Amino acid sequence: MVDPVIASRVQFALTTIVHIIFPVMSMGLAPFLVYFTWKEVRGGEAVYEQLRRFWTKIFAVSFVVGTVTGIVLEFEFGTNFAAFSTFAGELFGGPLATEGMMAFMLEATFLGIFVFGRERVSDRLYFVSSLAVAAGTWLSAVWILIANSWMQLPRGYELVERGGQTVVHLTDPLAAYLNPRFMFMYVHMQNAAVESVALFMAGVAAYHIFKHYVWGYSVQEVDFWEKTLKIAIVALLITAPLQVLHGDMYARHVHETQPQKFAAMEAVWETDSYVPEYLVAFPTSLDDITNPRAKELFGLGIPGGASWLASGGDPQATIRGLNDFETEAPPVAIVFWSFRAMVGLGFWFILLAFWGGYRWWRGELLEDDLLHKALMGSSLLGILAVELGWVVTEVGRQPWVVQGVLKTADGVSPGLTGTEATITLAGFVLAYASLLALYSYVVARIIRAGPPGAEELRTFVTEADEPTAGAPGDD
Amino acid sequence: MTDYGSLATEPLFGLPLPTLWFALVFAILGTFLFLDGFDFGAGALFATREDESERETILAAIGPFWDGNEVWLVVFGGALFAAFPAAYANLFSRNYLLLFGVLAALILRGLAPEMYEQRHDAAWQRWWGRSFVAGSVLAPFLLGVFTANWLTGSDALLSPVGVAVGLALVALTVVSGAAFLRLKVSGPLRAAVRRPGERAVVAYLVLVVLSLGLLSLSTPRLAATVVTPPVLALVAVSVGLGVGYVAALRTGRDLLALVASGLLTYGLVAVVALLLFPLIDPGADLSVAEAIVAPLALNIMSVASALLLPLVVTYFVVLYSAFGGPVQPTESY
Repeated sequence: MVDPVIASRVQFALTTIVHIIFPVMSMGLAPFLVYFTWKEVRGGEAVYEQLRRFWTKIFAVSFVVGTVTGIVLEFEFGTNFAAFSTFAGELFGGPLATEGMMAFMLEATFLGIFVFGRERVSDRLYFVSSLAVAAGTWLSAVWILIANSWMQLPRGYELVERGGQTVVHLTDPLAAYLNPRFMFMYVHMQNAAVESVALFMAGVAAYHIFKHYVWGYSVQEVDFWEKTLKIAIVALLITAPLQVLHGDMYARHVHETQPQKFAAMEAVWETDSYVPEYLVAFPTSLDDITNPRAKELFGLGIPGGASWLASGGDPQATIRGLNDFETEAPPVAIVFWSFRAMVGLGFWFILLAFWGGYRWWRGELLEDDLLHKALMGSSLLGILAVELGWVVTEVGRQPWVVQGVLKTADGVSPGLTGTEATITLAGFVLAYASLLALYSYVVARIIRAGPPGAEELRTFVTEADEPTAGAPGDD
Repeated sequence: MTDYGSLATEPLFGLPLPTLWFALVFAILGTFLFLDGFDFGAGALFATREDESERETILAAIGPFWDGNEVWLVVFGGALFAAFPAAYANLFSRNYLLLFGVLAALILRGLAPEMYEQRHDAAWQRWWGRSFVAGSVLAPFLLGVFTANWLTGSDALLSPVGVAVGLALVALTVVSGAAFLRLKVSGPLRAAVRRPGERAVVAYLVLVVLSLGLLSLSTPRLAATVVTPPVLALVAVSVGLGVGYVAALRTGRDLLALVASGLLTYGLVAVVALLLFPLIDPGADLSVAEAIVAPLALNIMSVASALLLPLVVTYFVVLYSAFGGPVQPTESY
């Protein structure tokens, strides 16, 4: 039987790693869907109706899977982390309850109208529904990140004894909930979601364009995919540079507020100034190659780079090393490599954005096969970067579940047995693997089927007794 | 640091907030059991229909609603966590496997309609049809077992009283599911769901009485609280509602029947709340007064809920009026 503490940690990690994919899809798609709906109800070209209908299908599947995996998360605080829930509930429960009432409700009800109600409601209410769904997804992230940012940077509380247990007592809600960490997380996360979806859209569009022009299949709606690609490139040109600029500010904030996490991100063991920014680093002993906490690093780096990043421009700045903290270090290699991979991807996305933008500007957007291959290959990398970012955030603050206050191992339900935890962990691995496979299968089917054809659209337009829109792709 | 004055020390306006939150948590649970209950019931009734177009109609009937309805469960968990963190932690960790069973059932039920419509070959639809039925029946059943455990303080996976409450809850979802479907469909399907609805309401009433009997045998505390006037009055009212439900179905007043099934659901939840109070978790010997969060957090949550819950009700009114009346022939999931 697996130790209940380890099983709970693995299970929670697995739940969040799988779950985050679906909110990224829905939060990232939301602004696009609002835009498509707006153009559609304002009598724009028929391609906007196609865009709205096609991407709404993917949104709906993502939302359903997001709902069923999200409820699991909320329950796991109680089932697996009862000690944490009792300890921090006074401060932590409120944002979760508010998320349900303020955000999830808004999203889930208006999604019913948005997905099923085009023929049933007026254009105005339909557009309002798209706005409500988008607001719901983005508000959801507000409350979840308010709760999470408090765990990273606990403020506005004191520890008191209640019922023989030490618990968090909320003393200053403004300090606790208007946490400086929150804005860094929120901007970084929401921008990442839009960027990830833009990459996904670009990859899917490039696939159809490539299939049409290079492989010679006759793709029905090739204009639709060209439009999709252009919209995705615009979104990438905005979000990709912003993400890196903002990420740099966020990293400085982490250095100030969670120095142990920052040291792990840079694998700095001894406190030092003029710390290099390692591009790669390896243990010098082969025995340590699989040990994420290995120390003896052989690294290739930019002199003073890490100090420069941490301080915002001073290569001489001191970084506190992991050996100067009383608590054990997080698994450094995981944090170090995840951080590097995420940042590397961030720069790659900027390159892709400008590459696509340049080809478009030259009028060669459909001709650059290499660009299309690169976009296809990168379609899921945005989501991968989000996962890596969360690994840095969450693994980086270990051993703490509430930074400096409660250790993760001490947050696990005391009554949980190894048998129970092993049963659910095994069930989880099976269920979540099937869930992911199923989701991928369904999304792939939707993508292969493509947007609704022009015939279908015109039928709808005459039924609703509206002026006939042009054929798709007449722009 | 901001000084929050009396906000940090006393309940807002001197209101009996702990008791109000206890009631609110159960009102939210009742709303979930009623709203998602008719989705579950529709799922159980799905099993009784062979015809492909009828099955599609059942899925189309719950399509726009079930996700919003299920969010009431999320809000229930959130409200319990926010107002009674210790009770939430104790209850949920004690009923560990049971709650993961509920989650698995909800996953099956939630995915099934979405998947069912993805492909139109027989094997695929048979599998997802089964998944839909299994999820729709297991979710209320296991929630019933959880409710029985909540009342008795036990952590058994299965017990006679757990099975009785579980089956009662399944029957209740069929009662509301039948009334809901009669409002949303027409023709032979509408006629066909009347009889299962009537049988379910009889089964429900029998199972409730049986459950109360078994509960009173389980612990001395429950033996004393089951035979009290409010509980017995609610049981009597439930019998009356059951008769009214059958009469409404037979005279074609389906909305009235749905209202009766809703009142039955809230009545059941009220019985559960009465059997618990003044405790909130007998298993950990926690009372409402002990488990409630400190005044400042409670006051903030009270203000937030007072502002947000009326909005939530508005969303549901908009949703249900947009999809009022029967499912149109062109509509599908």
